[in-house]
Amino acid sequence: MHRIVTYRRPNWDTQPDYLYPLYRSTVKRAPTKPLVLVPQTLTEVTGPLFGRDEVAPGENDLTRQHAGEPIGERMYVSGRVLDENGRPLPDTLIEIWQANAAGRYRHAVDNHDAPLDPNFTGCGRALTNAEGRYQFKTIKPGAYPWRNHYNAWRPAHIHFSVFGTGLPQRLVTQMYFPGDPLLPYDPMLTGIQDEKARARLVADFDWERTVPEHALAYRFDIVLRGRDATPPEK
Amino acid sequence: MSLLLTSSQTVGPFVAISFDNHTVTDVAPAGVVGERYVIRGRVLDGDGAPVTDAVVETWQANAHGKYAHTEDVQEKPLEEDFKGFGRVLTGTDGAFQITTIKPGPVPGPNGAMQAPHLAVIIFMRGLLKHLATRIYFPDEPANADDPVLALVPSERRATLVAKRASSRPGVLEWNVMLQGKDETVFFDY
Repeated sequence: MHRIVTYRRPNWDTQPDYLYPLYRSTVKRAPTKPLVLVPQTLTEVTGPLFGRDEVAPGENDLTRQHAGEPIGERMYVSGRVLDENGRPLPDTLIEIWQANAAGRYRHAVDNHDAPLDPNFTGCGRALTNAEGRYQFKTIKPGAYPWRNHYNAWRPAHIHFSVFGTGLPQRLVTQMYFPGDPLLPYDPMLTGIQDEKARARLVADFDWERTVPEHALAYRFDIVLRGRDATPPEK
Repeated sequence: MSLLLTSSQTVGPFVAISFDNHTVTDVAPAGVVGERYVIRGRVLDGDGAPVTDAVVETWQANAHGKYAHTEDVQEKPLEEDFKGFGRVLTGTDGAFQITTIKPGPVPGPNGAMQAPHLAVIIFMRGLLKHLATRIYFPDEPANADDPVLALVPSERRATLVAKRASSRPGVLEWNVMLQGKDETVFFDY
């Protein structure tokens, strides 16, 4: 019989519910019927894998995609992708996207009255190395208004998409910045019950990686679901 | 050792600036073996309104029933040009479309075989965590014995089975209803 190694059930306190009316868009989009619990089969314990050729050199530098440098506070964001057992996940694809320093996305439906930056697109990709490490160079995104409620502002954040090695590890999340006064008012963040889990989405200022006369640095580790045994490989 | 799991957050309304350049709508390039299908559909919210900012990702085995993954140790052939991954964004009408091949059967729990299917993951603004579901194929006798479909209440199973488009052969329709009477079955695994 075909042997597969399944992933542990998630700690649901770390994950937001689908329906969270303080975030208005959930009301018409959250499923209303209970999810159907299904076993992890070979379909679920596998998932898209990406090779070294998936990401071109320089895709992790968002400050060098145009003729000039983007406006904003230069920074490095680095960290590790690990599973719950602390095992690093190598060759994992990370995709990020963000607003510019003024809080504006380069997207047709972003009608915030803030300037676009001709030197900033706001997207990057990286593949983790053998130790699960990644690094991006970018500028600090600005906060922006979003009309969810009166005077609603999203705290500055960077979107992260991570694949892992199987479908249970697929994750899209957001990285926030330490000390941002908007954090306690953000329904995307308050939708997470566990205070420690909310804190995990806030990057740490990384003094050691800060580059003198050049750029600040932040550290953001990402933890994906783990399993109780090592899988077979071929 | 146990580290705290990172929380999911929504992709938000602007995910297209990143994913638009990295879609995979032709899952099976020319030369890949298998019965070819266009799978198309729409994503609709609780008011029946089109969801114009969704991401639909698919994952499937090749026509031999083999996943392009190191943990699939079955003695079945791989195909170099078939990675098994699809990604498409919905348009202004909430519609999406991919071209792919019908996967072969893959093993399920307790050695039983599963009916041909695609695993699907859906992201959008308003979803603080993604949705997981499956697409099965119409007129497929193996659906009756599929161990995952068997866990779904019978009156809801049809939401997971694509329908043949009446006008065009090789075209399948599969819609995602986020809420309502015909709400799509979503999985937890």
